Amino acid sequence: MLKRHLARIERRHKPASVALRHAPTGHDELDHALGGGLLRGRVHELQVADAGESGSGAGFAGVLAQRLGGELLWLREEAAERGMGRLHAAGLAEIGFDPARLILGVLPDAAAVLRAAADAVRCPALGAVVIELWGDPRPLDLTATRRLALAAEGSGVTALLLRVAGHEAPSAAQTRIGVAPTRSTALAANAPGHPAWRIELLRQRGRPDGGVWRVEWDRANGVLRDQEHDGETVSGAVVPVSGDRPAGAVLAG
Amino acid sequence: MRLTACDPAAVALGLAAGMTLADARARVPELAAIEADPAADMAWLERIADACDRFTPGVMTEPPDGIALDITGCAHLFGGEYGLLAEVEARMRRWTGHLRHALADTPEGARALARFQTAPSSSEAAALRRLPVAALELDAEAERSLRRAGLKTFGDLADRPAEPLAARFGIELPDRLDRVLGRTGSRITPRRAPPALLFECRFAEPIARADDAVAVIGELAQQAGAEMEEQRKGGRRFVARLFRSDGHVVDLAVECGAPLRDPARIMRLFTERVAALSDPIDPGFGFDMIRLAVPRVEPLAAAQLQLEGGSDRAEEAIGELVDRLSMRAGARRIRRFVARDTHIPEQAVLALPAIEASAPMLWATSDPGEPPHRPIHLFDPPQPVEVIAELPDGPPRRFRWRRNLHEVSRFEGPERIAAEWWRRAPGDPGLTRDYYRVEDVRGRRFWLFRHGLYDEKPAPRWYVHGLFA
Repeated sequence: MLKRHLARIERRHKPASVALRHAPTGHDELDHALGGGLLRGRVHELQVADAGESGSGAGFAGVLAQRLGGELLWLREEAAERGMGRLHAAGLAEIGFDPARLILGVLPDAAAVLRAAADAVRCPALGAVVIELWGDPRPLDLTATRRLALAAEGSGVTALLLRVAGHEAPSAAQTRIGVAPTRSTALAANAPGHPAWRIELLRQRGRPDGGVWRVEWDRANGVLRDQEHDGETVSGAVVPVSGDRPAGAVLAG
Repeated sequence: MRLTACDPAAVALGLAAGMTLADARARVPELAAIEADPAADMAWLERIADACDRFTPGVMTEPPDGIALDITGCAHLFGGEYGLLAEVEARMRRWTGHLRHALADTPEGARALARFQTAPSSSEAAALRRLPVAALELDAEAERSLRRAGLKTFGDLADRPAEPLAARFGIELPDRLDRVLGRTGSRITPRRAPPALLFECRFAEPIARADDAVAVIGELAQQAGAEMEEQRKGGRRFVARLFRSDGHVVDLAVECGAPLRDPARIMRLFTERVAALSDPIDPGFGFDMIRLAVPRVEPLAAAQLQLEGGSDRAEEAIGELVDRLSMRAGARRIRRFVARDTHIPEQAVLALPAIEASAPMLWATSDPGEPPHRPIHLFDPPQPVEVIAELPDGPPRRFRWRRNLHEVSRFEGPERIAAEWWRRAPGDPGLTRDYYRVEDVRGRRFWLFRHGLYDEKPAPRWYVHGLFA
C-alpha cells in the first residue's frame, strides 16, 4: 500500500528529462558539480562581494538568463539604478542577450522588489527573473527566500537572486554562487578580452558544494567555457574580497 | 489691493468687486477680508464640474465661476428639463448658496441669461431681447460707447444691420450678439472627450462600503466585456468614476499594454489600483452612482481556445504580469528597451514604459568573436575619475574612482565618439570623447573616457562611464 503510494508520488514528480530540468552552462566541470546545469524552477543566489564589481555580477546574471532562455524580468532598486549605474540594454545585447526579451522593473525599495518578484516568479511564461538587491536589506530574510523558492518550484521559473555587497545569510536558495571578475585572456595588443569570472560554488542544496572555476563567456557559441590560462593570468589571479567598506556605505557613497 | 468678490451681506452694505480694500475698510470697519486664491477657486470649480458629470457627459467649465452643461438628449432621464433643473438645484445646494442658472439654445445665451437676467419673461427670445448690453461682456470702452449711443438692451441691437455696428463698436460685437441670440450655432467643448463605451449603475440608496463599490465595478466590467466581445473590441484604458452622494467624485483609472476585455483581468487591475491608493477610498455617506468608461478601444479578435498553451498564451500571461506590476508600481517603473540610432552611448537606449507596447527591433552588436564593446552598467551622468596617463593624450595608466586606486593592466582604445553637430545647440562646444576599455589588475573592466581632445580644451577631464561584465 505504502509502496504503491510512494510510486505514485514518484511518478508525479518524475522529471520529464534532465535537459528540461537543467539549463547547462556549457562549462563541463561546473555543469557536473551542479548535476547537469542550473536547476530550473529554483532560486539561485549570485553573491558579488564588492560594490565595484556589480557590472561583473550583472553580466553573469545576464549570461545565465541567456542560457535559461525565454523572457527575462530584471528587478532592481531605484537607488541602484540611480547611483550605481543603469542596466544598459546595449551592453546586454553585446553579451548575446536580446534586449527585446527583457523587462526591467525599477522599484522604490527592497520590499517592493521582493513583492514584485514573488508575483513574477508565479508567472510560468517567464524564463527567468533576476532579483538584484544591494547590501543586506531587512525584508530579504529566510521567509522571503522560501516564499520565492516555493513559487519558483510551482511555476518552473528560475529566480536569480543577485546580491551585491551583501553578507551571506540563511536562505532557501538551491545554490549560492560567488561571482567575482577575473583577469580576462588578453587579445591582440593586450586588449581586454571576453568577460571572465571566478565562480565559486559556495553552497548547494542536496549536493556537494565547493569548487572554484575560472570561466569566460563565449558569445559566438553562447556557452561558458574554461578560461584559457596564460602565465600572467594565473599568477595574478588572486581575487580579493573587499571587506574594507560596509555594504550600507556603498549605496550611500 | 482691491476686492475681487463680495458675499451677499457685503453687497447689501454697498460694497462691490473692484473697490479698493482701504475704501471698503473705511466704509465698513469690521470688514472681514480673505486673500483671493484663484487656484483654489479653479480646483473647486473643477470638482463641481466633476460632480456635474452625472447629468451629462458634455460639461465645460467657464472660469472663474461658471459651468455649462450640454443637456441635449439628457433631460428626459431626469423627467424633462424642469426635473433636471430641480435635480441640479438640489445637488448644487451642497456646494454653494448662490446659484443662478438658465436654459437656452446656445451656451452663450444661457450664460448671458444666467448672469444678467433680472425679471422673468414669457419666452427665451423675449428674455434675451431684454438683456442689458453688459451681457455681451465686451470691454468697458465698447460698452460705454454703446450706452452713449442709447443702445441699452439686446432688443436695441438685435434688428440693426451688422456692418455699421461692427464699424463703430468693433468687429466682435455682431459676432457675440449672434452667438447669444442663437443666430449662429455654437457648441460647448466638453472637458473630456466622450468615451467610446460607458456603463453606469445608479442606486436608490447610496452604498456605503468601498468593497461593495468595487464589486459594482466588477458587474459593470462584465457588461463592458460582453459589449466589447460583440463589437470585437478591447479596451486599453478603463476609468471608473464613483459619485458620492455629497457631490465628491472619485476616479480610478487602469491601463493595459494590450487590448483587454476579460472582466476578471480588468477587475484584477482595478484591485491592484485600489490597493496602491495612498489613501483608501472614502465612501463618506455612500456612493449613489458608479460609472465605468472605456475611453479607448482597439480591435481585438475573438479569442480562440488552444489545447496546448501556445506562444501567444505565454505572451498574454507576460502582458498581464506587466499590467499588474505597472499598476502597482507605476507605469514608468516597468520598462522595455528600444534602440535608437545614435552613437552617443547614453542616448542609444531608450527605456519606455512596458505597458506602451512597441515593436521588437534588432540590436546592433559587435562581431561575435569580439568582446563586448558596450558596458552592462552605464553611469548617467558619468562619474569623474582622476587619471594618470603616460602621455597627455595617451591611454590611462592608473585611475582613482570612488577613493580606490585602480592599476590598469590592459586597455583598448581610443574609440572616438564625436558630438553630433547636427543636434548640437548653438554655443555648445560639443566635445569629442575618447573611450578606452580598460581592465585593472584585479580583473575589473571599466569604460573610461576623456571628455575633449587636447586641442579642444586645455585640461580635459576623465570620467568612468560604465562597467563591463
